Amino acid sequence: MNGTAKRDFKLLIVDDSNIVRRRIERSQEFEELRLVGTAGNGAEALELFSRTDPDVVTMDLTMPEMDGIECIGHMVAMKPSVRILVISALADKATAVEAMERGANGFLNKPFTDRQLNEAIAELLR
Amino acid sequence: MLHEKELTTFVDGTTNFFAVAAQQAASIGSPYLLEEALALHEYSGLIDVSGKRQGVVCFTAPKAMLAVLLMKMQETDFSHETMRDLVGEVANTISGNARRAFGGDFLISVPNVLSGETQSIAPRPGTRSFIIPINWRSHSAKLIVSLS
Repeated sequence: MNGTAKRDFKLLIVDDSNIVRRRIERSQEFEELRLVGTAGNGAEALELFSRTDPDVVTMDLTMPEMDGIECIGHMVAMKPSVRILVISALADKATAVEAMERGANGFLNKPFTDRQLNEAIAELLR
Repeated sequence: MLHEKELTTFVDGTTNFFAVAAQQAASIGSPYLLEEALALHEYSGLIDVSGKRQGVVCFTAPKAMLAVLLMKMQETDFSHETMRDLVGEVANTISGNARRAFGGDFLISVPNVLSGETQSIAPRPGTRSFIIPINWRSHSAKLIVSLS
């Protein structure tokens, strides 16, 4: 052991698209992130959240059963220290503001490049 | 009713999707009015629009185009379910991006996906509908925007 060991962060990916979930998992370049689960809707995400206790969450907004905005509120209530990056196609400013007010820490619009994704995650982990 | 000038946001959204997600620009043809039922390609993603505007946004594409698009996106699963997932995601992304112009009252549903060769889309009462032709590599797809 030495004093420079990096902290591990548990990652949960939430998006109703399998393609997007796999894309985030494949493209993120952070050794300190360890994937603990993926979910396709807000209800499933909350169940996984309470079971796996993630530190970092990527969150879609438009999803069946429970949308991302509501899900963010529940997650932050359960674990105020969680860091949430919203990854959504919704491109209006009001949506981004609402997500941040609910407790999200970053916002990335779809479609995104690998570089944009990694910059957004880096900002989240800072 | 939907005005031709408002199509710019959908044209820009479509151009941006292909340029970013597939790293290869699509060329967009001149939009034209949908006046009678139009046969859809094998896969179509439909987003219902509600709130300030009512209607639907539909992205329809042939399987061959979607397969190449998936490859360009580094995807290795080319199953029927992944094709369905992709058309839904394209429709969702273009519709969601349109909120930059239309605002937060432009409410969009989760994608409804149609697959098969016998599907069609017809003009909806109370809306004006345009077809936006999309050409990408050697393939052609369409975006149909039908809004009050």
